[in-house]
Amino acid sequence: MLNRTAENVARATPEPLARKVRGISDKGLAWLFISPTILLLLAINIFPLFWAIYLSFTNYRANRPNEVVKNLGLANYQRILGDKDIWIAMQTTAHFVFWTILLQTLIGFTLAWLIDRKFRSHAFWTTLILVPMMLSPAVVGNFWRFLYEPQIGLFAYAISFVTRIPPTDIQMLSNVSLAPWSIVIVDTWMWTPYVMLICLAGLRSIPEYIYEAAEVDRASNWRQFWSITLPMALPFIMLAVLFRGIENFKMFDMVNLLTGGGPGSTTEVASITLKRQAFESWRTGYSSAFAIILFVAVFGLANIYVKALNKVKQR
Amino acid sequence: MSLTTAHSVVAPSSNSKRIAGAIIIAYALISIVPLLWIFATSFKTPPDSIAYPPKILFQPSLEGYCNLFTTRTRQTPEYINSLGPATGFCDETTRKRNMVIAGPSNFLPRFVNSLIIAFGSTFCAVFLGTLSAYGFSRFKVPLADDLLFFILSTRMMPPIAVAIPIYLMYRELGLSDTALGMILLYTAVNVSLAVWLLKGFIDEIPREYEEAAMIDGYTRLQAFWRTVLPQATTGIAATAIFCLIFAWNEYAFAALLTSGTAQTAPPFIPTIIGEGGQDWPAVAAGTTIFLVPILVFTILLRKQLLRGITFGAVRK
Repeated sequence: MLNRTAENVARATPEPLARKVRGISDKGLAWLFISPTILLLLAINIFPLFWAIYLSFTNYRANRPNEVVKNLGLANYQRILGDKDIWIAMQTTAHFVFWTILLQTLIGFTLAWLIDRKFRSHAFWTTLILVPMMLSPAVVGNFWRFLYEPQIGLFAYAISFVTRIPPTDIQMLSNVSLAPWSIVIVDTWMWTPYVMLICLAGLRSIPEYIYEAAEVDRASNWRQFWSITLPMALPFIMLAVLFRGIENFKMFDMVNLLTGGGPGSTTEVASITLKRQAFESWRTGYSSAFAIILFVAVFGLANIYVKALNKVKQR
Repeated sequence: MSLTTAHSVVAPSSNSKRIAGAIIIAYALISIVPLLWIFATSFKTPPDSIAYPPKILFQPSLEGYCNLFTTRTRQTPEYINSLGPATGFCDETTRKRNMVIAGPSNFLPRFVNSLIIAFGSTFCAVFLGTLSAYGFSRFKVPLADDLLFFILSTRMMPPIAVAIPIYLMYRELGLSDTALGMILLYTAVNVSLAVWLLKGFIDEIPREYEEAAMIDGYTRLQAFWRTVLPQATTGIAATAIFCLIFAWNEYAFAALLTSGTAQTAPPFIPTIIGEGGQDWPAVAAGTTIFLVPILVFTILLRKQLLRGITFGAVRK
């Protein structure tokens, strides 16, 4: 009864007056709520980005702040695109991104597919599997250096136990051909659960009646997997690949602590090169140009990929 | 055609369940070994930790934890004998290795920095994120989709690329190596996650609640405060934990922008060295102390994990 009265009063009040009584208008409130976030991002993300764009056209060096800054035009960009080391770093990054995503998707999807059988206590074991991905890649990556130690490390010991290769020969971090795989292994160990969790959501989103219909049509299990399970989980798999792809393209912390880019530059992914150029050689202008190129690459690739993802979703 | 009728025709057979269960359990156990090894190493003595073959059974010791919290200097046996009786366990173990405790290590201050920066930035990010998420969820904001995408895109930058100009900017502003600078930076990184996650949570709260409250005479602000916020507590708590975990785990910015007073634990832990190389029991002890809170949060969060790691893109 009381509500009804209030409603009638509210309806009878002319709108401008109601606004005044209620204080701040909705539009004003919307901006009041949103603008602090936008301002913070402008100050901490966008302003520095424009600063980096400006620096990328100069020969500025952060360790010589008093030197006269010269405008170089596009020279930094030209040098980067012609720099052999940069291309080697891009290849190392591509190798890392390709293999981590391939392994994580294969293992992650298989695990999700098995968990979807809903065996007893599957919830507990799923939570246990998820633990590595929540931990700090830096702190855990640092500890993997110990596991990889040729003789005293647990990893080398386990491998030599299985393969009978003497444990002193398993130089995961100092062997030029093994080092790129050492970072792939740790990343796969850490992030397979991530792909698994998203794939599991995909598998659980498939309605059971579709399988029931397939069963009525006597479709084989194999056929059901290829024409129902996989296509219907595909948008989820692609989403997981997108997130992992962006993250691994930027990969810095785990690799920096595990190998530091070495031996030599065999595991020098793009972020490590960037750090070496920017904070060790102090070529601020040059490294800013490289940073801009990387950002444009991630942004462009992600956009193309999202378009493809949306197409798959609509199917 | 007897008991099976109770189940769906497509339910996996008990045999396939058993095999699936065995494989999953095997994977879970293998993948957890490195973490158990960290935990075990933290209770080894330095000689035990580098024994070959690696020791699975050993006499547990707290030496790693002692070494984590102290710095030690080597002394002659004569000097050590001339000292009074050892005070406490750590003193005694150190003396057995012909060393004396010289003072506290930097671990505790670094750990406290981690706490201050993680909680400070989480509070700011969730505060700003809740307001923005409500704004985007309930009001017609011009260019809302573009703004939301802009907020998300700030996360695609490689951290090192952001760190270069931030390094220069902080140097100008005197924010280098300060907790305030790190809190501002982590807030900016986390606010994108907070807005996207919280928008999802607030979208799920029916508008009718606020409308009813406003008809009862609440202003929009009061309705937000008294009806929306209490409904969104689970979402806000989950978002806060995700922000907290990010700030707690972050390494790249911390390593490049802090070196002393504001350094957090992740760049500090790898620098713990003993005599002749890394002091692995102490590193393991630091790692264990650092990881335990995250383990607890992971268990608390398990139902919201999916949402958090996909920026709210996948909900169930």
